[in-house]
Amino acid sequence: MHEVLERYRPIVDDWAAFTAAVERPLGKTVRVNTLKADVDRVRAAFEEAGVDAEPVDWNDRLLAVDTDSPGSTWPAFHGWIHTQEAVSTLPPIALDPAPGEVVWDACAAPGSKATQLAALMEDRGRLVANDRSMGRLSALRFNAERLGVTNAIVTNRDARNYSLSPLDVDAFDCALVDAPCSGEGTLRKNPAALDEWSESFLEDIAGVQTGILRRAIQATAPGGRVVYSTCTYAPEENEAVLDAVLDAEECRIVEQELPIETRPGVTAWEGQEFDPSIERAARVYPHLEDTGGFFLATLEVGG
Amino acid sequence: MSDEGDGAGGSEPLEDGAENVSHRFDRLAPTDAERTVAGRPSRDGVLAWWTERFGIPADAFAEHTFWEKGNGKPWVLAGDAADPSDVEALGMTALRTRQEHWKPTTDAVQRFGHHATRNVIDLEPAEARRFVAGEDQAIERWDGDWGYLIAAHEVAGDRAILGVGLYVHGELRSMVPKGRRREL
Repeated sequence: MHEVLERYRPIVDDWAAFTAAVERPLGKTVRVNTLKADVDRVRAAFEEAGVDAEPVDWNDRLLAVDTDSPGSTWPAFHGWIHTQEAVSTLPPIALDPAPGEVVWDACAAPGSKATQLAALMEDRGRLVANDRSMGRLSALRFNAERLGVTNAIVTNRDARNYSLSPLDVDAFDCALVDAPCSGEGTLRKNPAALDEWSESFLEDIAGVQTGILRRAIQATAPGGRVVYSTCTYAPEENEAVLDAVLDAEECRIVEQELPIETRPGVTAWEGQEFDPSIERAARVYPHLEDTGGFFLATLEVGG
Repeated sequence: MSDEGDGAGGSEPLEDGAENVSHRFDRLAPTDAERTVAGRPSRDGVLAWWTERFGIPADAFAEHTFWEKGNGKPWVLAGDAADPSDVEALGMTALRTRQEHWKPTTDAVQRFGHHATRNVIDLEPAEARRFVAGEDQAIERWDGDWGYLIAAHEVAGDRAILGVGLYVHGELRSMVPKGRRREL
Protein backbone atom coordinates (compact mmCIF):
# COMPACT_ATOMS: atom_id res chain seq x y z
CA MET A 1 0.00 0.00 0.00
CA HIS A 2 1.17 3.54 -0.68
CA GLU A 3 2.86 5.14 2.34
CA VAL A 4 0.88 8.37 1.96
CA LEU A 5 -2.25 6.55 3.09
CA GLU A 6 -0.64 5.81 6.50
CA ARG A 7 -1.69 9.27 7.63
CA TYR A 8 -5.35 8.18 7.52
CA ARG A 9 -4.95 5.25 9.92
CA PRO A 10 -6.51 7.29 12.79
CA ILE A 11 -9.75 7.97 10.89
CA VAL A 12 -10.36 4.69 9.02
CA ASP A 13 -12.42 2.25 11.10
CA ASP A 14 -11.18 -1.08 9.73
CA TRP A 15 -7.58 -0.48 8.73
CA ALA A 16 -6.82 -4.03 7.67
CA ALA A 17 -9.86 -4.21 5.39
CA PHE A 18 -9.07 -0.77 3.99
CA THR A 19 -5.47 -1.58 3.12
CA ALA A 20 -6.47 -4.91 1.59
CA ALA A 21 -9.14 -3.27 -0.55
CA VAL A 22 -6.80 -0.55 -1.80
CA GLU A 23 -4.46 -3.25 -3.12
CA ARG A 24 -7.14 -4.90 -5.26
CA PRO A 25 -7.68 -3.64 -8.80
CA LEU A 26 -11.04 -2.05 -9.42
CA GLY A 27 -13.66 -3.81 -11.52
CA LYS A 28 -14.92 -2.04 -14.66
CA THR A 29 -18.31 -0.37 -14.53
CA VAL A 30 -20.31 1.44 -17.20
CA ARG A 31 -23.18 3.88 -16.73
CA VAL A 32 -26.20 3.42 -18.98
CA ASN A 33 -26.84 6.69 -20.83
CA THR A 34 -30.60 7.01 -20.57
CA LEU A 35 -30.60 9.81 -23.17
CA LYS A 36 -29.96 7.20 -25.88
CA ALA A 37 -30.87 3.77 -24.51
CA ASP A 38 -32.38 1.97 -21.57
CA VAL A 39 -30.84 -0.65 -19.32
CA ASP A 40 -32.60 -3.56 -21.04
CA ARG A 41 -31.33 -2.59 -24.48
CA VAL A 42 -27.79 -2.15 -23.26
CA ARG A 43 -27.82 -5.49 -21.46
CA ALA A 44 -29.23 -7.20 -24.55
CA ALA A 45 -26.48 -5.64 -26.68
CA PHE A 46 -23.78 -6.81 -24.28
CA GLU A 47 -25.32 -10.25 -24.12
CA GLU A 48 -25.32 -10.46 -27.92
CA ALA A 49 -21.62 -9.59 -27.81
CA GLY A 50 -20.90 -12.21 -25.15
CA VAL A 51 -20.03 -9.64 -22.48
CA ASP A 52 -21.45 -10.21 -19.02
CA ALA A 53 -23.05 -6.98 -17.73
CA GLU A 54 -24.82 -7.04 -14.37
CA PRO A 55 -26.32 -4.04 -12.57
CA VAL A 56 -24.59 -3.24 -9.28
CA ASP A 57 -26.94 -3.73 -6.36
CA TRP A 58 -27.15 -0.03 -5.40
CA ASN A 59 -27.51 1.58 -8.85
CA ASP A 60 -29.56 -0.15 -11.56
CA ARG A 61 -28.13 2.16 -14.24
CA LEU A 62 -24.59 1.09 -13.46
CA LEU A 63 -23.41 -2.21 -14.94
CA ALA A 64 -20.39 -4.20 -13.83
CA VAL A 65 -18.87 -5.56 -17.05
CA ASP A 66 -16.42 -8.43 -17.51
CA THR A 67 -14.31 -6.74 -20.17
CA ASP A 68 -11.22 -4.56 -19.83
CA SER A 69 -12.22 -2.40 -22.78
CA PRO A 70 -15.91 -1.50 -22.51
CA GLY A 71 -15.15 1.50 -24.73
CA SER A 72 -14.63 -0.85 -27.67
CA THR A 73 -18.14 -2.29 -27.78
CA TRP A 74 -21.30 -1.53 -29.74
CA PRO A 75 -23.05 0.07 -26.74
CA ALA A 76 -20.10 2.46 -26.34
CA PHE A 77 -19.96 3.31 -30.05
CA HIS A 78 -23.67 4.13 -30.00
CA GLY A 79 -23.24 6.35 -26.94
CA TRP A 80 -25.51 4.08 -24.90
CA ILE A 81 -22.93 3.73 -22.14
CA HIS A 82 -20.12 5.67 -20.56
CA THR A 83 -17.26 3.95 -18.78
CA GLN A 84 -17.44 5.47 -15.33
CA GLU A 85 -16.14 4.48 -11.94
CA ALA A 86 -18.94 3.57 -9.52
CA VAL A 87 -18.19 6.29 -6.95
CA SER A 88 -18.11 8.87 -9.72
CA THR A 89 -21.86 8.40 -10.17
CA LEU A 90 -22.57 9.55 -6.60
CA PRO A 91 -22.36 13.36 -6.92
CA PRO A 92 -25.04 13.63 -9.63
CA ILE A 93 -27.22 11.21 -7.62
CA ALA A 94 -26.79 13.44 -4.56
CA LEU A 95 -27.46 16.64 -6.53
CA ASP A 96 -30.48 15.06 -8.28
CA PRO A 97 -31.18 17.90 -10.73
CA ALA A 98 -34.68 18.15 -12.21
CA PRO A 99 -35.43 18.49 -15.93
CA GLY A 100 -35.67 22.20 -16.74
CA GLU A 101 -33.33 23.42 -14.03
CA VAL A 102 -30.24 25.52 -14.65
CA VAL A 103 -27.31 23.51 -13.36
CA TRP A 104 -23.64 24.44 -13.05
CA ASP A 105 -20.88 21.86 -13.23
CA ALA A 106 -17.92 23.98 -12.15
CA CYS A 107 -15.15 21.47 -12.95
CA ALA A 108 -16.81 19.41 -15.65
CA ALA A 109 -14.05 17.83 -17.76
CA PRO A 110 -13.77 15.10 -18.91
CA GLY A 111 -17.55 14.99 -18.55
CA SER A 112 -18.57 11.74 -16.82
CA LYS A 113 -20.59 13.54 -14.17
CA ALA A 114 -21.70 16.33 -16.49
CA THR A 115 -23.22 13.88 -18.93
CA GLN A 116 -24.84 12.01 -16.04
CA LEU A 117 -26.35 15.32 -14.88
CA ALA A 118 -27.66 15.90 -18.43
CA ALA A 119 -29.25 12.45 -18.40
CA LEU A 120 -30.93 13.11 -15.05
CA MET A 121 -32.18 16.41 -16.54
CA GLU A 122 -33.53 14.44 -19.54
CA ASP A 123 -31.52 16.83 -21.76
CA ARG A 124 -33.83 19.70 -20.80
CA GLY A 125 -33.12 22.96 -19.01
CA ARG A 126 -29.56 24.17 -19.08
CA LEU A 127 -26.36 22.46 -18.03
CA VAL A 128 -23.46 24.88 -17.84
CA ALA A 129 -20.39 22.69 -18.05
CA ASN A 130 -17.23 24.60 -17.22
CA ASP A 131 -13.62 23.65 -16.98
CA ARG A 132 -10.55 25.79 -16.54
CA SER A 133 -8.36 23.49 -18.60
CA MET A 134 -8.69 24.07 -22.32
CA GLY A 135 -6.91 20.78 -22.96
CA ARG A 136 -9.50 18.79 -21.02
CA LEU A 137 -12.44 20.55 -22.69
CA SER A 138 -12.03 18.51 -25.85
CA ALA A 139 -12.67 15.32 -23.86
CA LEU A 140 -15.72 16.94 -22.27
CA ARG A 141 -17.09 17.98 -25.65
CA PHE A 142 -16.33 14.60 -27.19
CA ASN A 143 -18.17 12.74 -24.43
CA ALA A 144 -21.14 15.12 -24.37
CA GLU A 145 -21.63 14.82 -28.13
CA ARG A 146 -21.14 11.04 -28.21
CA LEU A 147 -23.69 10.67 -25.43
CA GLY A 148 -26.20 12.86 -27.26
CA VAL A 149 -26.27 15.78 -24.83
CA THR A 150 -27.78 18.91 -26.40
CA ASN A 151 -28.67 20.96 -23.31
CA ALA A 152 -25.09 21.80 -22.33
CA ILE A 153 -23.20 25.04 -22.79
CA VAL A 154 -19.47 24.53 -22.40
CA THR A 155 -17.31 27.31 -20.99
CA ASN A 156 -13.59 27.59 -20.32
CA ARG A 157 -13.08 29.83 -17.30
CA ASP A 158 -11.69 29.93 -13.80
CA ALA A 159 -14.61 28.79 -11.65
CA ARG A 160 -13.44 30.89 -8.69
CA ASN A 161 -14.62 34.14 -10.27
CA TYR A 162 -17.18 32.71 -12.66
CA SER A 163 -19.49 35.28 -14.24
CA LEU A 164 -23.15 34.57 -14.92
CA SER A 165 -23.31 37.41 -17.43
CA PRO A 166 -23.69 35.42 -20.65
CA LEU A 167 -26.49 33.30 -19.23
CA ASP A 168 -30.12 34.18 -19.10
CA VAL A 169 -30.32 33.63 -15.31
CA ASP A 170 -29.55 35.50 -12.10
CA ALA A 171 -28.45 32.34 -10.32
CA PHE A 172 -28.08 28.61 -10.80
CA ASP A 173 -30.74 26.29 -9.40
CA CYS A 174 -28.03 23.93 -8.20
CA ALA A 175 -24.35 23.27 -8.72
CA LEU A 176 -21.76 20.52 -8.61
CA VAL A 177 -18.21 21.20 -7.48
CA ASP A 178 -16.31 18.02 -8.24
CA ALA A 179 -13.08 19.64 -7.30
CA PRO A 180 -9.57 19.05 -8.57
CA CYS A 181 -7.83 17.10 -5.79
CA SER A 182 -4.85 14.97 -4.85
CA GLY A 183 -6.67 11.91 -6.15
CA GLU A 184 -5.78 9.47 -3.40
CA GLY A 185 -9.06 7.63 -3.84
CA THR A 186 -8.19 6.62 -7.39
CA LEU A 187 -5.24 4.37 -6.45
CA ARG A 188 -7.14 1.20 -7.33
CA LYS A 189 -7.47 2.20 -10.96
CA ASN A 190 -4.32 4.31 -11.16
CA PRO A 191 -1.46 3.00 -8.99
CA ALA A 192 0.65 6.04 -9.94
CA ALA A 193 -1.95 8.48 -8.58
CA LEU A 194 0.18 9.55 -5.62
CA ASP A 195 3.59 9.82 -7.25
CA GLU A 196 3.46 13.62 -7.11
CA TRP A 197 1.86 13.84 -3.65
CA SER A 198 3.15 16.43 -1.17
CA GLU A 199 1.88 18.30 1.89
CA SER A 200 2.40 21.62 0.13
CA PHE A 201 0.20 20.45 -2.75
CA LEU A 202 -2.58 19.84 -0.22
CA GLU A 203 -2.35 23.44 0.95
CA ASP A 204 -2.38 24.85 -2.55
CA ILE A 205 -5.23 22.72 -3.79
CA ALA A 206 -7.33 23.37 -0.67
CA GLY A 207 -7.21 27.08 -1.48
CA VAL A 208 -8.47 26.40 -5.00
CA GLN A 209 -11.19 24.04 -3.72
CA THR A 210 -12.41 26.61 -1.18
CA GLY A 211 -12.48 29.32 -3.83
CA ILE A 212 -14.54 27.24 -6.26
CA LEU A 213 -17.00 26.07 -3.61
CA ARG A 214 -17.47 29.63 -2.32
CA ARG A 215 -18.24 30.85 -5.83
CA ALA A 216 -20.72 27.99 -6.32
CA ILE A 217 -22.56 28.97 -3.13
CA GLN A 218 -22.65 32.61 -4.23
CA ALA A 219 -23.89 31.76 -7.72
CA THR A 220 -26.67 29.40 -6.59
CA ALA A 221 -30.16 30.65 -5.69
CA PRO A 222 -31.24 30.62 -2.02
CA GLY A 223 -32.60 27.18 -1.18
CA GLY A 224 -30.59 25.60 -3.98
CA ARG A 225 -28.18 22.73 -3.43
CA VAL A 226 -24.49 22.53 -4.04
CA VAL A 227 -22.71 19.19 -3.97
CA TYR A 228 -19.02 19.21 -3.13
CA SER A 229 -17.02 16.11 -3.99
CA THR A 230 -13.45 14.90 -4.27
CA CYS A 231 -11.70 11.59 -4.80
CA THR A 232 -9.34 12.05 -1.87
CA TYR A 233 -9.25 10.98 1.79
CA ALA A 234 -7.40 14.11 2.93
CA PRO A 235 -9.44 16.11 5.48
CA GLU A 236 -7.45 19.16 4.34
CA GLU A 237 -9.27 18.90 0.99
CA ASN A 238 -12.62 17.78 2.36
CA GLU A 239 -13.84 18.68 5.84
CA ALA A 240 -11.45 21.63 6.23
CA VAL A 241 -12.72 23.10 2.95
CA LEU A 242 -16.33 22.73 4.10
CA ASP A 243 -15.45 24.30 7.46
CA ALA A 244 -13.90 27.33 5.75
CA VAL A 245 -16.87 27.75 3.41
CA LEU A 246 -19.41 27.45 6.26
CA ASP A 247 -17.60 30.35 7.94
CA ALA A 248 -17.44 32.49 4.84
CA GLU A 249 -20.78 31.95 3.06
CA GLU A 250 -24.48 31.70 3.86
CA CYS A 251 -25.05 27.98 3.63
CA ARG A 252 -25.47 24.81 5.64
CA ILE A 253 -24.64 21.15 5.23
CA VAL A 254 -27.67 18.91 4.86
CA GLU A 255 -28.26 15.18 5.29
CA GLN A 256 -27.64 13.10 2.18
CA GLU A 257 -29.52 10.02 1.12
CA LEU A 258 -26.91 7.97 -0.65
CA PRO A 259 -27.47 4.49 -2.04
CA ILE A 260 -24.26 3.03 -0.62
CA GLU A 261 -22.66 2.53 2.77
CA THR A 262 -20.49 5.46 3.83
CA ARG A 263 -18.80 6.87 6.92
CA PRO A 264 -19.51 10.35 8.37
CA GLY A 265 -17.22 13.30 7.77
CA VAL A 266 -14.61 13.77 10.50
CA THR A 267 -14.91 16.69 12.90
CA ALA A 268 -11.32 16.76 14.07
CA TRP A 269 -8.01 16.36 12.25
CA GLU A 270 -4.44 17.00 13.39
CA GLY A 271 -5.48 19.36 16.16
CA GLN A 272 -8.11 21.20 14.16
CA GLU A 273 -11.82 21.02 15.08
CA PHE A 274 -14.52 21.32 12.41
CA ASP A 275 -18.17 22.36 12.54
CA PRO A 276 -20.23 19.44 13.93
CA SER A 277 -22.62 19.52 10.94
CA ILE A 278 -19.74 18.29 8.78
CA GLU A 279 -20.58 14.82 10.10
CA ARG A 280 -23.35 14.88 7.47
CA ALA A 281 -20.72 14.64 4.75
CA ALA A 282 -19.96 11.16 3.44
CA ARG A 283 -16.63 9.33 3.26
CA VAL A 284 -16.57 6.43 0.86
CA TYR A 285 -13.88 3.83 1.59
CA PRO A 286 -12.87 1.02 -0.79
CA HIS A 287 -13.58 -1.74 1.73
CA LEU A 288 -17.21 -0.75 2.30
CA GLU A 289 -18.67 -1.48 -1.17
CA ASP A 290 -15.60 -2.52 -3.19
CA THR A 291 -15.25 0.92 -4.86
CA GLY A 292 -12.68 3.66 -5.16
CA GLY A 293 -12.29 6.20 -2.38
CA PHE A 294 -14.49 9.29 -2.40
CA PHE A 295 -15.90 12.18 -0.43
CA LEU A 296 -19.07 14.17 -0.89
CA ALA A 297 -21.22 16.67 0.94
CA THR A 298 -24.46 18.42 0.03
CA LEU A 299 -24.90 22.06 0.98
CA GLU A 300 -28.00 24.18 0.90
CA VAL A 301 -27.66 27.85 0.08
CA GLY A 302 -29.08 30.34 2.60
CA GLY A 303 -28.82 30.88 6.34
CA MET B 1 -10.75 32.63 -27.01
CA SER B 2 -12.99 35.64 -27.40
CA ASP B 3 -10.96 38.30 -25.67
CA GLU B 4 -10.61 40.58 -28.66
CA GLY B 5 -13.32 43.01 -27.60
CA ASP B 6 -15.75 42.93 -30.48
CA GLY B 7 -18.53 44.54 -28.47
CA ALA B 8 -20.61 41.37 -28.44
CA GLY B 9 -21.00 41.21 -24.69
CA GLY B 10 -24.48 42.75 -24.38
CA SER B 11 -27.38 41.06 -22.70
CA GLU B 12 -29.75 41.13 -25.68
CA PRO B 13 -30.17 37.89 -27.58
CA LEU B 14 -28.16 37.87 -30.75
CA GLU B 15 -29.82 36.69 -33.88
CA ASP B 16 -27.99 36.07 -37.07
CA GLY B 17 -25.48 38.89 -36.48
CA ALA B 18 -24.76 41.20 -39.34
CA GLU B 19 -21.43 39.56 -40.06
CA ASN B 20 -19.77 36.28 -39.38
CA VAL B 21 -17.56 36.47 -36.29
CA SER B 22 -15.59 33.27 -36.03
CA HIS B 23 -15.64 32.85 -32.25
CA ARG B 24 -19.17 34.09 -31.52
CA PHE B 25 -22.30 32.02 -31.71
CA ASP B 26 -25.34 33.59 -33.40
CA ARG B 27 -28.81 32.10 -33.57
CA LEU B 28 -29.86 31.15 -37.09
CA ALA B 29 -32.50 33.47 -38.54
CA PRO B 30 -35.99 31.95 -38.54
CA THR B 31 -36.39 32.05 -42.32
CA ASP B 32 -34.25 32.69 -45.39
CA ALA B 33 -36.01 36.05 -45.88
CA GLU B 34 -34.81 37.23 -42.46
CA ARG B 35 -31.16 36.38 -43.02
CA THR B 36 -28.61 39.17 -42.73
CA VAL B 37 -25.54 37.06 -43.48
CA ALA B 38 -25.33 35.94 -47.07
CA GLY B 39 -24.97 32.20 -47.43
CA ARG B 40 -25.83 31.33 -43.85
CA PRO B 41 -28.74 28.90 -43.58
CA SER B 42 -31.92 29.73 -41.70
CA ARG B 43 -33.70 27.58 -39.12
CA ASP B 44 -36.44 26.88 -41.65
CA GLY B 45 -33.83 25.88 -44.18
CA VAL B 46 -32.15 23.47 -41.78
CA LEU B 47 -35.44 21.89 -40.69
CA ALA B 48 -36.57 21.55 -44.31
CA TRP B 49 -33.30 19.84 -45.20
CA TRP B 50 -33.60 17.22 -42.42
CA THR B 51 -37.15 16.51 -43.58
CA GLU B 52 -36.40 16.45 -47.28
CA ARG B 53 -33.27 14.36 -47.02
CA PHE B 54 -34.14 11.95 -44.21
CA GLY B 55 -37.83 12.37 -43.46
CA ILE B 56 -37.02 13.67 -39.97
CA PRO B 57 -39.99 15.90 -39.08
CA ALA B 58 -39.49 19.48 -37.91
CA ASP B 59 -41.19 18.41 -34.68
CA ALA B 60 -38.07 16.45 -33.77
CA PHE B 61 -36.35 19.81 -33.25
CA ALA B 62 -39.32 21.68 -31.73
CA GLU B 63 -37.48 22.15 -28.42
CA HIS B 64 -34.16 23.02 -30.04
CA THR B 65 -32.52 26.14 -31.45
CA PHE B 66 -29.77 26.31 -34.10
CA TRP B 67 -26.61 28.39 -33.84
CA GLU B 68 -23.57 29.11 -35.91
CA LYS B 69 -20.10 30.43 -35.24
CA GLY B 70 -19.67 31.68 -38.76
CA ASN B 71 -18.00 28.70 -40.37
CA GLY B 72 -20.86 26.82 -41.97
CA LYS B 73 -21.29 24.34 -39.11
CA PRO B 74 -24.64 24.89 -37.38
CA TRP B 75 -25.00 23.62 -33.80
CA VAL B 76 -28.19 22.32 -32.21
CA LEU B 77 -29.03 23.36 -28.64
CA ALA B 78 -31.88 22.24 -26.39
CA GLY B 79 -33.81 25.36 -25.41
CA ASP B 80 -32.36 28.80 -25.92
CA ALA B 81 -29.39 30.86 -24.79
CA ALA B 82 -29.15 34.52 -23.90
CA ASP B 83 -25.79 35.83 -25.02
CA PRO B 84 -23.50 32.96 -25.90
CA SER B 85 -20.65 35.22 -26.97
CA ASP B 86 -18.06 33.67 -24.70
CA VAL B 87 -18.71 29.94 -24.74
CA GLU B 88 -16.83 27.04 -26.28
CA ALA B 89 -19.80 24.91 -27.25
CA LEU B 90 -23.60 25.18 -27.48
CA GLY B 91 -25.16 21.74 -27.56
CA MET B 92 -23.67 19.72 -30.41
CA THR B 93 -22.51 20.33 -33.94
CA ALA B 94 -25.36 19.22 -36.18
CA LEU B 95 -24.31 19.58 -39.81
CA ARG B 96 -22.02 21.24 -42.32
CA THR B 97 -23.53 23.59 -44.86
CA ARG B 98 -20.51 24.98 -46.69
CA GLN B 99 -20.66 22.63 -49.65
CA GLU B 100 -23.51 22.21 -52.10
CA HIS B 101 -24.56 19.00 -50.36
CA TRP B 102 -25.12 19.47 -46.66
CA LYS B 103 -23.64 16.82 -44.41
CA PRO B 104 -25.02 15.79 -41.02
CA THR B 105 -22.63 14.94 -38.17
CA THR B 106 -22.27 11.46 -36.72
CA ASP B 107 -23.34 12.73 -33.31
CA ALA B 108 -26.46 14.45 -34.64
CA VAL B 109 -27.68 11.40 -36.58
CA GLN B 110 -27.02 9.18 -33.55
CA ARG B 111 -29.15 11.62 -31.52
CA PHE B 112 -31.94 12.43 -34.01
CA GLY B 113 -31.58 9.77 -36.73
CA HIS B 114 -34.08 7.36 -35.20
CA HIS B 115 -36.78 9.67 -36.62
CA ALA B 116 -35.51 9.11 -40.17
CA THR B 117 -37.80 7.45 -42.71
CA ARG B 118 -35.64 7.60 -45.86
CA ASN B 119 -32.04 7.50 -47.03
CA VAL B 120 -31.19 5.09 -44.24
CA ILE B 121 -29.00 2.16 -45.28
CA ASP B 122 -29.17 -0.95 -43.09
CA LEU B 123 -25.82 -2.71 -42.89
CA GLU B 124 -25.03 -6.37 -42.32
CA PRO B 125 -22.83 -7.18 -39.29
CA ALA B 126 -19.56 -7.34 -41.24
CA GLU B 127 -20.45 -4.15 -43.15
CA ALA B 128 -21.24 -2.36 -39.89
CA ARG B 129 -17.85 -3.32 -38.47
CA ARG B 130 -16.05 -2.02 -41.56
CA PHE B 131 -18.13 1.16 -41.42
CA VAL B 132 -17.23 2.04 -37.80
CA ALA B 133 -13.57 1.22 -38.54
CA GLY B 134 -13.73 4.05 -41.07
CA GLU B 135 -13.44 1.86 -44.17
CA ASP B 136 -15.03 2.50 -47.55
CA GLN B 137 -16.80 -0.50 -49.05
CA ALA B 138 -18.68 -1.57 -52.16
CA ILE B 139 -22.39 -2.09 -51.50
CA GLU B 140 -24.24 -2.83 -54.72
CA ARG B 141 -27.74 -3.43 -53.34
CA TRP B 142 -28.54 0.23 -52.56
CA ASP B 143 -30.87 1.61 -55.23
CA GLY B 144 -31.84 4.85 -53.50
CA ASP B 145 -30.35 8.33 -53.71
CA TRP B 146 -26.65 8.94 -53.89
CA GLY B 147 -25.09 11.33 -51.42
CA TYR B 148 -25.13 11.37 -47.65
CA LEU B 149 -27.00 8.49 -46.05
CA ILE B 150 -27.67 7.50 -42.48
CA ALA B 151 -26.09 4.11 -41.81
CA ALA B 152 -27.74 1.73 -39.37
CA HIS B 153 -27.48 -1.86 -38.22
CA GLU B 154 -29.37 -4.21 -35.97
CA VAL B 155 -28.47 -4.61 -32.30
CA ALA B 156 -30.36 -7.14 -30.23
CA GLY B 157 -33.30 -7.09 -32.62
CA ASP B 158 -33.69 -3.33 -33.14
CA ARG B 159 -32.26 -0.81 -35.58
CA ALA B 160 -29.44 1.29 -34.16
CA ILE B 161 -28.04 4.34 -35.95
CA LEU B 162 -24.32 4.14 -36.69
CA GLY B 163 -23.50 7.40 -38.42
CA VAL B 164 -23.16 9.03 -41.83
CA GLY B 165 -21.97 7.48 -45.06
CA LEU B 166 -21.41 9.02 -48.47
CA TYR B 167 -22.83 6.76 -51.18
CA VAL B 168 -21.44 7.21 -54.70
CA HIS B 169 -20.78 4.81 -57.60
CA GLY B 170 -21.80 1.70 -55.68
CA GLU B 171 -19.53 2.52 -52.74
CA LEU B 172 -20.39 3.54 -49.18
CA ARG B 173 -17.71 5.80 -47.75
CA SER B 174 -17.63 5.97 -43.97
CA MET B 175 -17.81 9.49 -42.58
CA VAL B 176 -17.20 8.35 -39.00
CA PRO B 177 -14.68 10.84 -37.61
CA LYS B 178 -11.27 9.46 -36.64
CA GLY B 179 -11.87 9.89 -32.91
CA ARG B 180 -15.08 7.82 -33.07
CA ARG B 181 -13.72 4.94 -35.17
CA ARG B 182 -13.45 1.56 -33.47
CA GLU B 183 -12.35 -1.96 -34.35
CA LEU B 184 -15.34 -3.97 -33.15
